[in-house]
Amino acid sequence: MRLVIFILKRALHSIFVLLGLSVVIFAISRVLPGDPARMAVGARAPQWVVDNLRAQMHLDEPLYVQYGYWLIDALQGKFGISLVTRREVAEDIKEFFPATFELALFAGILMGGLGILLGTISARHKDKWIDNVVRVLSYLGVVTPAFVFAIIFMLVFGYWLKWLPTIGRLSEGLTRPPVITGLMTIDALLAGDLVVFWDALKHIVLPAIALAMGGLAQEARITRATMSDNLTKDYIAAERALGIPERVIMGKYLLKPSLIPTISILGLDFAGTLSSAFLVELIFNWPGISRYGINAMLRKDLNAIAAVILVLGVVFIVVNIIVDIVVAYLDPRIRLSAERSE
Amino acid sequence: MNTPPLLEVRNLQVHFRVFGGYLKVLDGVNLVVRAGEKVGLVGESGCGKTTTMKAILRILPEPPAQIVGGHVLFRGKDVLKMRPQELRRLRGRGISMVFQDPTAALNPVFTIGQQLGDVIRYSHSDGRVDAGQIRLKALQALKEVALADPERLLDSYPIQLSGGMRQRVCIAMALATQPELLIADEPGTSLDVTIQDQILRLLHNLVVERNTSVILITHTLGVVREVTDRVYVMYAGTIVESAPTKVLFANPMFPYTRGLMQSVPRLSGGGVAEGIPGRIPNYLNPPTGCRFHPRCPHVMEVCRHEKPPVFTVGEEHYVACYLYAS
Ligand SMILES: Nc1ncnc2c1ncn2[C@@H]1O[C@H](COP(=O)(O)OP(=O)(O)OP(=O)(O)O)[C@@H](O)[C@H]1O
Ligand code: SF4
Ligand SMILES: [Mg+2]
Repeated sequence: MRLVIFILKRALHSIFVLLGLSVVIFAISRVLPGDPARMAVGARAPQWVVDNLRAQMHLDEPLYVQYGYWLIDALQGKFGISLVTRREVAEDIKEFFPATFELALFAGILMGGLGILLGTISARHKDKWIDNVVRVLSYLGVVTPAFVFAIIFMLVFGYWLKWLPTIGRLSEGLTRPPVITGLMTIDALLAGDLVVFWDALKHIVLPAIALAMGGLAQEARITRATMSDNLTKDYIAAERALGIPERVIMGKYLLKPSLIPTISILGLDFAGTLSSAFLVELIFNWPGISRYGINAMLRKDLNAIAAVILVLGVVFIVVNIIVDIVVAYLDPRIRLSAERSE
Repeated sequence: MNTPPLLEVRNLQVHFRVFGGYLKVLDGVNLVVRAGEKVGLVGESGCGKTTTMKAILRILPEPPAQIVGGHVLFRGKDVLKMRPQELRRLRGRGISMVFQDPTAALNPVFTIGQQLGDVIRYSHSDGRVDAGQIRLKALQALKEVALADPERLLDSYPIQLSGGMRQRVCIAMALATQPELLIADEPGTSLDVTIQDQILRLLHNLVVERNTSVILITHTLGVVREVTDRVYVMYAGTIVESAPTKVLFANPMFPYTRGLMQSVPRLSGGGVAEGIPGRIPNYLNPPTGCRFHPRCPHVMEVCRHEKPPVFTVGEEHYVACYLYAS
């Protein structure tokens, strides 16, 4: 019950954040130089066509009226026609967002799972050779941009070793499973099609790892720092002194308090992956929303830009709420002080 | 041959690696506890009491700590050479410990029930006890330390308890394993005097009742006098004097101990004894010879170069000071 109230409160709070975001998006789109109607129809179209389109897009009305129209449409998922793909923007989003979401999901699992694992190993063997190896690698991981990993992986595992495919989400000749979630691997499983599932999984491995490297390294570093700090705490010494086995201390009493900072950063990294996947999507020819968004920006496709930013904004907010809930679950101090302030 | 004592620490040396070198904190600590004995350990803040106790249980954070020499024998077996499995049997059931700061010694993100429950679960040899039994024992353990409403306590987090309650919980945990030797590191120093007094009294009654051996570290000499059989006096990482409690109070011999006895009964705070100016030495470059020599009113030439050996000055009364040579 308390959890429900907590979530509702956070959600309510988020609505205001989203409204603020929508104002910013709208303002930017209207402040940018160039006439959206003229850009839509091209330089050679006669003036009356442009004028008609302006009227149709409410571009002649005062700004706050334009915002009103825009917001009402946006709330219904009506972002209008993409000036580039000539389709409903909502259709585009429905197609491209799940592709990136799937990529980010796999990347997020790798960042969290491997990052925490490596950080734990590093902390437990602090200053030994394995810790030094992990530290050097994670340093490299943090400073190397994802697209560099993408190119290296593509060359090594795709062209040289030929272990994994490097283009798109599915091999040619395979038919897409019916779209339920939009995530290729999940849809294949739901359809019971293991061949497609396996193929989709192979396609996602390289881009997901390339995307995950930075966050993975970051999570490993944070986990190592928190854990090796907590290892010197008296409560660990006390638990050892009282005869609790080492595996229980490591897997329970050390892990839980050490995860809190990592989870917060992991949330940010996961959400960030969605928007920063652009070059990786380009390299692996992944039909994702990041690529779509950048293309929209380059062509000044306002409807598409607005939709992409709003969708990413919603994802950020939802991820933040989830992080808050997980952290409150992990840390009673936060939970209790939240309850007291009710 | 007589049986080995319950605990014997021989020439224990511990260093801490820090930026700029090693803190040579423990410089050959010697200590004996016999079965059923209540032993006191006194010495000013920073002299290495907690470090000695943590080294005995092998719970120093390594790094930065490093046990560079010596032996810790529990019933004749060297703790420093034990495998993980043996260590686990030693900790809890053999020796357990109440920490100095109860707030730091409790894990902040687990309930009292979870922590106490695990202590009870793993103090059984095979770890196979059912949850109901553990709960009963946990409630029992909390009642023994005079905590009210134990049911609710089990579901509470440390942050929801007062300092005194936390200290009682720590005592309950340390006794729940039924240890042969209990190390009590200044229990209650962080609490106010009346509560500290209650807690010490409670602890004393519990260990007398169970005939548990005890090492009690405290700043309050009155307590030492009341509850211990023998006392060790520590200065800058060495035991400088040890004697049966009555003898020590009647006839302190090491110059530092004399200063202690003359000064205020509580030695907490900065420079201890009024009679002895100066502070505990820097462990990075500790004084050569007798570590007390920079502060000693009776210092002789030999004190500056040679570490004094231990001289027997009476029955069970030992002093590491050249004044008592011959
Ligand atoms: N983790 C550590 N890292 C570095 N130095 C340490 C560490 N723990 C202890 N020391 C050093 O060891 C010395 C002895 O500390 P210890 O805690 O054993 O003293 P103590 O006798 O228990 O003092 P108190 O009465 O204040 O508890 C201190 O001066 C400190 O500099
Ligand atoms: S050995 Fe020397 S310096 Fe040390 S206490 Fe005795 S007289 Fe003083
Ligand atoms: Mg101490």
